[in-house]
Amino acid sequence: MVDYSPLLRRYGVFLAVVLLILFNLAVTPHFATMQTLSVNLTQVCTIVIVGVGMTLVIATGGIDLSVGALMAIAGAMSPMFFTGELFPVPNIYLGIALGIVFPIIIASFFGLFNGWLINRFSIQPIIATLVLFIAGRGIAQVSTNGDLQVFKVPEFQAIAIGRVLGVPFQVWIMVVVVIIAAFVLRRTVFGRQVLAVGGNEEAARLSGVPVKRVKLIVYAVSGFCSGIAGLIVIAMNSAADANLIGLGMELDAIAAVAVGGTLLTGGRATILGTLLGALIIQLVRYTLLANGVPDAAALVVKAGLIILAVWLQRQEHA
Amino acid sequence: MKNFRITPSLAVILVLVILVAIAALRYDGFLGVYNVQSVLRYNSMFALVALGMCFVIMTGGIDLSVGSVAAMCSVVSALLSSYGLFHGLAGGIAAGILAGLINGVLITKLNILPFIATLATMLAASGTGLLLAGNQSVSVSYDTYFTNLGQGDLLSFMRPEWVDADEVGFLGSILGFILSFPTPAWIAILAYIIGGVVINHTSFGRHVLAVGGGTEASRLMGLPVNRTIFFVYVISGALAGLAGVILASQFGAGQPIEGIGWELFAIASVVVGGTLLSGGKGSVAGTLAGALLLGVIFTILNFENGMGWISLSAYWQSVIRGLFLLVVVILQSRLTSKDPADSLKAST
Repeated sequence: MVDYSPLLRRYGVFLAVVLLILFNLAVTPHFATMQTLSVNLTQVCTIVIVGVGMTLVIATGGIDLSVGALMAIAGAMSPMFFTGELFPVPNIYLGIALGIVFPIIIASFFGLFNGWLINRFSIQPIIATLVLFIAGRGIAQVSTNGDLQVFKVPEFQAIAIGRVLGVPFQVWIMVVVVIIAAFVLRRTVFGRQVLAVGGNEEAARLSGVPVKRVKLIVYAVSGFCSGIAGLIVIAMNSAADANLIGLGMELDAIAAVAVGGTLLTGGRATILGTLLGALIIQLVRYTLLANGVPDAAALVVKAGLIILAVWLQRQEHA
Repeated sequence: MKNFRITPSLAVILVLVILVAIAALRYDGFLGVYNVQSVLRYNSMFALVALGMCFVIMTGGIDLSVGSVAAMCSVVSALLSSYGLFHGLAGGIAAGILAGLINGVLITKLNILPFIATLATMLAASGTGLLLAGNQSVSVSYDTYFTNLGQGDLLSFMRPEWVDADEVGFLGSILGFILSFPTPAWIAILAYIIGGVVINHTSFGRHVLAVGGGTEASRLMGLPVNRTIFFVYVISGALAGLAGVILASQFGAGQPIEGIGWELFAIASVVVGGTLLSGGKGSVAGTLAGALLLGVIFTILNFENGMGWISLSAYWQSVIRGLFLLVVVILQSRLTSKDPADSLKAST
């Protein structure tokens, strides 16, 4: 008898996506339309982008709880630049450029701060990033006084709702982020170092991997990805609400990583898996909603999915 | 006193006392009945959740589900409140225990990391709460004594009139102060006393710390590792359930969307209170002080604004809480890198 289980584990995530799509094609009305595709893709975009950073962090054996708060910081800062609230900008394009570049740099710096805390004081990642989880949203709220910033700048909003070849621009951003990260993780020395640190930190250090630098970089990348996601959220809503941007995002991103098959203890990671993991969670939710099941029940199903995915992983290592 | 050392948990208790003393001198009415009642009434829920978290963290685990379990239990108890105080209370706690049982099974039987197992329970509990409540808050019954649990002041009937007079002296004002505690505070105090006794004076308590100190070593010594881990999650679930009952009773409604982020504030309280996240060492009293400290910061901010010198919005509280956590974890990492040897030590 052929043992199918290794195959199932390897391609299980992919298989699940295919099955979900086939099921929807058969059952859900109007599933095979461009609109369905773009609704589903735009809803996973931010989760995937944040999830990519989270995958790298988890691959080193860490965790980043601050992603949602960093999204809020980036999202809340951005409108201050292009609406000219901080200082008058000569033209809107320069303002938008500043409004994109600065928030992302700030978010990356906060990520760097997470990495520094973890390296310098040997604090567990979950606690080190808890600091910014609590304080980060506060920083965003304080800097906007908690007010909703509404804006109408179509040139900026293009990063979320503009279309290239009929596909929303944010989907292209997601694709680019995924491709770069997948390439870096698989084909570069840095990628091998990330996995080495997660596999066995002590062994990696002894074999000359710059462990601290690798950790600094992954947390900075996670901050960078959160920054991008924060901008996409405000561009989509044409408003920045520091109280809501990225709320609960850390959990969605971790769930996507877990369902995607990345080992949560570090050492093995798959960017494509994270993309598929986020797609599975979204497709299940869409399938349930489209067939009249309430959103709350979808949460319970999502919980079951995470447990199933992680349990399958455990079987492999048992 | 030869063996006297300032432990992290003792330090946080001191900080709390000093902070409250300064605030009491600086602001009128800081220790007045109204303020004490509102601070304790609200923070008792967090204190209860933090106590459960403290047990879980002492075994080296983590419970992310407490916030949404509390929210779910508030809905359950609100739905049952028309049958009476006892039904609401028992139903809410039972729902919490059920969630804890699920966590325990996932972690000990399926060998799933606590972080992920409780993350899944968190989602499931939040979904279940929303389904039970039909996506809105559920009003509790005001015909029964249910609301007394959260809104009442257990011993205030014993509070004599004369303690409010100006010249009652120190003892008199202490008496008035204590007798004005709201019911949830008494529940939390009772829970913490039981928690402190359990961790320091029962074999289960020693097992909890031993498992956190070294799971494999405890297993080899023949300790019931899985059973211990199982029970701490049940305890955490039960306490989250109790917090949910108080939530429903206090606000007069079961709140399916409350509880977001409670788990992380509970973790912060535990860590600020001097319990190591790696397990094996911890303090129940420190946890209580940690929870109160994070709660008092908000009140002090309010009073400070009232003085008119500075004007800080309520949003500053999370920034200050975060900074506080930062300072504590940095200090802790300094302390623990100096004496790694004394694990297996509870300091209550």
